[in-house]
Amino acid sequence: MEKIKVEHVTKIFGKHIGSALKLVEENKSKTEILEKTGATIGVYDASFTVNEGEIFVIMGLSGSGKSTLVRLLNHLIEPTNGSIYIDGENISQMNKQQLRKIRREKMSMVFQNFGLFPQRTVLANTEYGLEVRGISKEERRLKAEKALENAGLLPYKDQYPSQLSGGMQQRVGLARALANDPDILLMDEAFSALDPLIRKDMQDELLELQQKVRKTIIFITHDLNEALRIGDRIALMKDGKIIQIGTGEEILTNPANDYVKTFLEDVDRSKVITVENAMIRPITVNIELDGPKVALQRMREEEVSVLLAVDKKKEFKGYITADDALEASKRGEKNVLSSIRTDMPTVQPDMLIQDVLGMISESPTPIAVVQENRLLGVLIRGVVIQSLTTQPEGVTAHE
Amino acid sequence: MSKILDSIPSLPVAESVEKLMDWVTGNFSALFDFIQTGGKNSMDFITDMLIAIPPVIFILLVAIAAFFATRKKFGLAIFSLVGLLFIYNQGLWEEFMNTITLVIFASIIAIIIGIPLGILMSKSQVAENIIKPILDFMQTMPGFVYLIPAVAFFGIGVVPGVFASVIFALPPTVRFTNLGIRQVPRELVEAADSYGSTGRQKLFKVELPLAKSTIMAGINQTVLLSLSMVVIASMIGAPGLGREVLSALQRAQVGNGFVAGLSLVIFAIIVDRLTQSLNKKQ
Repeated sequence: MEKIKVEHVTKIFGKHIGSALKLVEENKSKTEILEKTGATIGVYDASFTVNEGEIFVIMGLSGSGKSTLVRLLNHLIEPTNGSIYIDGENISQMNKQQLRKIRREKMSMVFQNFGLFPQRTVLANTEYGLEVRGISKEERRLKAEKALENAGLLPYKDQYPSQLSGGMQQRVGLARALANDPDILLMDEAFSALDPLIRKDMQDELLELQQKVRKTIIFITHDLNEALRIGDRIALMKDGKIIQIGTGEEILTNPANDYVKTFLEDVDRSKVITVENAMIRPITVNIELDGPKVALQRMREEEVSVLLAVDKKKEFKGYITADDALEASKRGEKNVLSSIRTDMPTVQPDMLIQDVLGMISESPTPIAVVQENRLLGVLIRGVVIQSLTTQPEGVTAHE
Repeated sequence: MSKILDSIPSLPVAESVEKLMDWVTGNFSALFDFIQTGGKNSMDFITDMLIAIPPVIFILLVAIAAFFATRKKFGLAIFSLVGLLFIYNQGLWEEFMNTITLVIFASIIAIIIGIPLGILMSKSQVAENIIKPILDFMQTMPGFVYLIPAVAFFGIGVVPGVFASVIFALPPTVRFTNLGIRQVPRELVEAADSYGSTGRQKLFKVELPLAKSTIMAGINQTVLLSLSMVVIASMIGAPGLGREVLSALQRAQVGNGFVAGLSLVIFAIIVDRLTQSLNKKQ
């Protein structure tokens, strides 16, 4: 089932559109056209279809026109040329009212920087789409609360967006989009502003959600790993043009041209997984706040025997073992400073797993992943071996 | 060279403006009379009401309002108390009430006109291109000049004073409203649009709430500017503290002039801090 059909869509910003069009046809580059005419090519001659229930990823580097393309789909930006069909209806020919109806009922958007209204509570933000549709107060509250509950955010409904972490804010953004129950989700670099670990969690959550709700999702990203991980099909863009469309495997095994190939070289390197891909969230103890009793309690809770020590700025300071914490607690010490050991090896997030495997097998402790002194994650032997055998990034495809 | 320049006849700008004024006063005199009478009556009414409040109660009310508006700090409350007692002590109470009325009327009218104009300006580039130079003109033209058409339209008294004050005090509200709406982050405007908001929904649910503190800063400026017109407006017969300053000037009474001027400063500080703390609270 075809849900979205895009036919020869072009968007050019600025004046002298005619002469700019001519130059694109002559295959001139984006900068050359900008110099000669002052016009910027947003998207040029894009054609593709998206099937119902599919996650269609549009990827490219910044300036490739991917964000423009997604905004053309709901006419936040009007195309210079071409047609866009949603469920067979040409939205380029719709009047304002019809377009509003489509935006209210058929598609919702999730933004890179979350796009939450700062003066509204989480609940009021989630209600927004329903509110502008004119749905009654009781009904929209019910629906919004349900959407928040599904996202595990109901306890935060009366807080303001600024009180939440980035990951939680984006969950609100997603809940707001889903509260509308749209057929189509437009996600513009939705996870790009999040930390790597949280990004991975959100990707998992999105895939899990997709299993349940089966929306048609257009997902914009500049991250090839993310594209390969969540996309059913991927469209690769450069300078406003779509260069290749296919499944991740098709693109990896059969790159359309040299540009795609050089793009994939990035993946080829990460095909051997990086530390960042294999690390997990560290269980930490704050040396400036927590005492040995807190440390022991946390170890029991998380079922671990070692905690990583950080200060208030999340800078890595060492680690503390259960035995040491117990000793300190018996001695009646108020903080854990004296029990900290500093012989834990550290690695950088962009190092290859291959290169640190030796270290992992020799080290008696887990290994801290540290960047500019900040603790990002931790490598644990079992998890690393698991990641090597399953390779969740889907990048084994063409080995 | 100068001969060539001299041979160009002087352009009749002054004459044209005067003719235009004559035409306007001639054709709309009924309207101006109506505004003059209606405006004067309602302002007199407010002033009488204010004077009817016993000064002690008025002063206490202002002090209490200041206390709560500044989140229960004593500074402004004590300042208001002492300052207003001083004004009363100097026998300027009635003049002070007249000044309050003038400032309130001028500010409210400026806000009622200014905010919609600012919204229009933020929504339409054409409107901005037209309104911006007019605002520049209004702000740079010396305030005295507005007295002339004010007198031509409304005669002398408090109504032309308000008219001149409104023109002088209007620009900040318009500018700050425009600025506040244009400063709303693009992503939030896109979010509002992408959920199918109408223009009105976007304005009232997203743009105005987010622009509120900027607009409030503009209103604060407008109130202070209208206060600064009080002395100038007194030249065409507007009553109040300004008239005291003016008469002191005419009779070279330094002491009286200082007292009346100081009263104005006290009023200005109270108004400024109060409107600012309203802004912070929200």
